[in-house]
Amino acid sequence: MSHPLFKVIPKEEYFLPGTPACPGCPAALGLRLLLKALGPKTVIVIPACCSSIIQGAYPRSAIKVPLINIAFAASAATASGIAEALELKGIGDANVVVWAGDGGTADIGLQGLSGAAERGHNIIYVCYDNEAYMNTGIQRSGATPYMAWTTTTPTGKREIKKDIPLIVAMHRVPYVATAALAYPQDYVMKLRKAAAKKGFKYIHLLAPCPPGWRFDSSKTIEISRLAVETGTWVLYEIEDGKFRLTGPSKGLIDKSKRKPVAEYLRTQGRFSHLSDEDMAKIQKIVDENWEWIKRWLEG
Amino acid sequence: MRLVLTGNYAAAYAAKAAKVEVVSAYPITPQTQVVEKLSEFIERGEMNARYIRVESEHSAMAACIGAAMAGARVFTATSAHGLIYMSEMLWWAAGARLPIVMGVITRAMAPPWSIWSDHCDLLSLRDIGWIIYFCENAQEVFDTIIQAYKVAENEEVLLPAMVGWDAFQTSHTAEPVDVLSPDEVSKYLPPRRPLPYVIDFERPFTHGSLCYPDRYMEFRYLMDLSMSKAKKAIVEADEEYGDLFGRKYGGVLEKYLCEDAEIAVVTMGVLSGDARYAVDILRKEGYKVGLVRLRVVRPFPSSELKKELKSKKLVCVIDRNISIGRGGILGTEIKALLKNSSANVVNVVAGIGGRDVSYEDIVNIVKRSLDLVEKGEVPEYMWYSIDKEYVVKAVGEYYEPPAL
Repeated sequence: MSHPLFKVIPKEEYFLPGTPACPGCPAALGLRLLLKALGPKTVIVIPACCSSIIQGAYPRSAIKVPLINIAFAASAATASGIAEALELKGIGDANVVVWAGDGGTADIGLQGLSGAAERGHNIIYVCYDNEAYMNTGIQRSGATPYMAWTTTTPTGKREIKKDIPLIVAMHRVPYVATAALAYPQDYVMKLRKAAAKKGFKYIHLLAPCPPGWRFDSSKTIEISRLAVETGTWVLYEIEDGKFRLTGPSKGLIDKSKRKPVAEYLRTQGRFSHLSDEDMAKIQKIVDENWEWIKRWLEG
Repeated sequence: MRLVLTGNYAAAYAAKAAKVEVVSAYPITPQTQVVEKLSEFIERGEMNARYIRVESEHSAMAACIGAAMAGARVFTATSAHGLIYMSEMLWWAAGARLPIVMGVITRAMAPPWSIWSDHCDLLSLRDIGWIIYFCENAQEVFDTIIQAYKVAENEEVLLPAMVGWDAFQTSHTAEPVDVLSPDEVSKYLPPRRPLPYVIDFERPFTHGSLCYPDRYMEFRYLMDLSMSKAKKAIVEADEEYGDLFGRKYGGVLEKYLCEDAEIAVVTMGVLSGDARYAVDILRKEGYKVGLVRLRVVRPFPSSELKKELKSKKLVCVIDRNISIGRGGILGTEIKALLKNSSANVVNVVAGIGGRDVSYEDIVNIVKRSLDLVEKGEVPEYMWYSIDKEYVVKAVGEYYEPPAL
């Protein structure tokens, strides 16, 4: 990468250690990096999700910026109210950030997200996507991928993952991006880019979850990297309507450069029941997604 | 300034006079004129405020919570399905101790669809920690919304407040209303003080995180304590308003010809006007009747009601609501208050789904109630004006709640 970690990511910590996050938790790391990227003039809105617990229980808190917890479906609307009131009071330079899981984004929170995006409030909405309801015990969400095991899809989910970043992009917001924890510089630069723009910004962070995806807690970053290298997770940004691949995804348009998707799937217990046909079908879903990307890039 | 305004327009003028900073609302009949008028005020620059045109009532209250958390004075209004749809967030607003004021134009719940008034929507939310006012007319709507901010923002209280009024009969009926300007109201209602529970980047805090059983109960206790203090704040806010602007409403209860009354009619909302007229008629016929109008349901005016009602021969509670399987909600509460007194409480369920309750009906209700008391046949509650023929045709029998 062109930006060494120490140059891009400040030393200051706004996320204190000693939280009840699981070992290898991607939400804890993602929120820690987010706070480093955005700094102390940031208010975080958190709906029901793993981060409701990770932040610590009353009267303690691991978060050193103003943090508002709110009901499951309500984060985007609550942030709308905060952003409008702060602007009215002359504090328009603060970052109003939603930090929500995939259930609170793709399912119960989608109406509120769509409303806030369409209205264009000055908000950064970040979805950390661990691809199921992990906080309640690994139940399937709209963001759970095809054939993944969850406690409510015991033989694998039959439907494909809902594509939230593109749904948000169709609201013609100024900035939409995806991110992965294996590429923290890319994630932090995208957060900073979002903060520098006015209006509704959306970042979708893939968050490999050791207990939920059934892998060893030492492998979070490795699996995040494999998600990108296999092309299963694509790093991109859509800035003022212009689609652009970022980071290692830039070099993966040619299928021969991508590792087989099976290398990613085999690392995770949630896919351990997959047949060769299932694997082939998932490979096909990934390849078709890249065909779309090729068409967009060709304009 | 005297204007001819509907209850809904009076509410919008009140929000303007209170210098509301953020309005967030979703349209529903019969609330719409409130938010239409506020949009006009804001777009014309007559209010220094933001209007968040949300995509649902759930989001309307969520945005109110966010804006109030950021220190703004906020207002919204809704009805029936909108109110129930936002109910999750109503719990959040109360628990977060945010002084949000909301107009509730009461409307019957579907199915079947109805747009007319009864109080089931509002009263089903009586247990969540919102102050609940209920108004009789457009002038009272105007005055009460301003008073509600004074009470909700009182640092001994810090609870949100609903101000109710009846669909159409109040919301859409034009009456002369004395409208105060924002300058006049600022003598009574200073700008909202930002502390506590307001976002502050210099003094960051976490709000609403997980709370274990060793502490949660105290949060609920503290809400209850604040609600009990709200009663004094409501009375004082009404008194001070009266001193400054010449109109007051008796704090939590309005009483009419109660001193020597042996019979008390208890009402809430717009049909209180008919009840007052019915009292005059009954007085002329020689009945010693008075009217008690509930202006506040939460905090419940227990001691005030008990003092007023305990030695009456008949307390006739007219409920424009029904708790299915229990009776009228106000009647149930008042019966509990008076259980060790000599007062006979007759609880009459009337006016559901916007059915008209005229002064003749109220005269009739009082006479029938008196008859039941004299015969010793007081029922647990009774439905007024049910079409028995229709019921028998539909299900083969007519059911009368049993005598107690």
